[in-house]
Amino acid sequence: MKLITAILKPFKLDDVKDALQAHGINGMTVSEASGYGRQGGHTEVYRGAEYTVDLIPKVRLEVLVDDADADSVIAVIVKAASTGSIGDGKVWSIPVDQVVRVRTGERGVDAI
Amino acid sequence: MDQIALNSGDTAWMLASTALVLLMTPGLAFFYGGMVRTKSVLNMMMMSMVTIGIVSVLWVIYGFQVAFGSSANSPWYGSISFSGLGGMVNDLTNNGGVYPIPVLVFAAFQLMFAIITPALISGAIADRTKFTAWAVFVAIWVSVVYFPVAHWVFAFGNKVGDTITGVGFLAGKGLEDFAGGTAVHINAGAAGLALALLLGKRVGWRKESMRPHSLPLVMLGSGLLWFGWFGFNAGSALAANGIAGLAFLNTQVATAGALLGWIIVEKIRDGHPTSLGAASGAVAGLVAITPACAFVAPWAAVVIGVVAGALCALAVGLKYKLGFDDSLDVVGVHLVGGLWGCISIGFFGTHVVNSVGVDGLLYGGGAGLLGKQAFGALFVLAYSFIATLIIGFIINKTIGFRVTRDAELEGIDLNEHAESAYENAGSPRGGMSA
Repeated sequence: MKLITAILKPFKLDDVKDALQAHGINGMTVSEASGYGRQGGHTEVYRGAEYTVDLIPKVRLEVLVDDADADSVIAVIVKAASTGSIGDGKVWSIPVDQVVRVRTGERGVDAI
Repeated sequence: MDQIALNSGDTAWMLASTALVLLMTPGLAFFYGGMVRTKSVLNMMMMSMVTIGIVSVLWVIYGFQVAFGSSANSPWYGSISFSGLGGMVNDLTNNGGVYPIPVLVFAAFQLMFAIITPALISGAIADRTKFTAWAVFVAIWVSVVYFPVAHWVFAFGNKVGDTITGVGFLAGKGLEDFAGGTAVHINAGAAGLALALLLGKRVGWRKESMRPHSLPLVMLGSGLLWFGWFGFNAGSALAANGIAGLAFLNTQVATAGALLGWIIVEKIRDGHPTSLGAASGAVAGLVAITPACAFVAPWAAVVIGVVAGALCALAVGLKYKLGFDDSLDVVGVHLVGGLWGCISIGFFGTHVVNSVGVDGLLYGGGAGLLGKQAFGALFVLAYSFIATLIIGFIINKTIGFRVTRDAELEGIDLNEHAESAYENAGSPRGGMSA
């Protein structure tokens, strides 16, 4: 099993969610995040004084998938999230030892 | 001149104007409150609110007498007397019989000026001032700076028969200051500079972001100030007449010009016109037209406004070059705008729009008026700066003027008032971002 984490531009969340649903992914966790990567922050000017705002609002999306689905799901997210401009975000996956569905106690792939 | 009789129309306008001027101080609280970080909004607004409380009480006890009393016949102060004001009900003569309104209405109107002037200073020392020290400062400062300076500028004497006595020092010198460019704005701006120097910079100044936490609050505040300022300027005619109308219109067009002047400078210099710039430009225009509003023609008011907006937009950068933390630009807006407005009368003043006005340079009146304006402006600047330094120094040495470093970092709202403005006040958006 794999945990796929995607950092997205907030306005691309709906596109990614729709694409994942169309791909058969029925669950995800979304949280607000802030950060920066290669694009850095941006500059704001107040009464002529420049301030660098380096923590930019992002959305963090997490999905648990079977190993076999990981590459295709990542591809779906990347395709839906891309605008081609700097600051589009990142997607990564890490191995997951165990997953338990709280209601039924199912374990492993059955719990996804 | 005959005694002018009480007029109910004039009195009604002055009661309304008085309420308008009061509204400026809560408006200022929003204007300043929006510009500080989430951890200091309430303290910033409370500095204005407590000023309303303190000055109103002192005004009844002795403030009005020091500013406008008549018994001393001095150019420097009115009377030293604990009057309580109660003896003036239905009294029309204590104002020298010059204005068609009751003395108590005049006293209420002038009280609102005495309130907003010290409140203006608070922006220079945002985020770091011990609240009790501020309260003590306000009480002392209005007593030894504002009340006497108001007498210098706004006391036009007491007419007994044909003799006029007790004319204020600067009024007697021929200073033209219709609504308080010297007594209010240069006075507050110079005091703000003195306190900013005395208290020192905020922790993290120029290292961490101190951007305004709520620009909509700033816009709301500037709107309330603009609205209230019609009472401030047009009300200073002390009657509902043509001069009030001139002051009203000039207030509007100068402010509009300054709003444009400021954002044009921003567009050229920074690439973007900002909402903070529009709000600040409006206030700069209001400041500049305050002394001039009843002495210049509307076309000149537009020029005064545009120049004020552009000048103040450039002046707010001075603190970075000179290295003092005038947090919300009381110097850049009120001192610079007040000086410009006061000096501008020396150029644009004309008797054409106001029979008691004097012609300035552009109307062939020579440099005489310009000299009087410059003298008045610099005299008030110097007195306010020096007196404020002394008062501030004594407060700092006795009860301390600044909160502790830890309290400042954690947030002055929490430490001075045990309150926070928002659910997440002190969160990264407010306190530490960038």
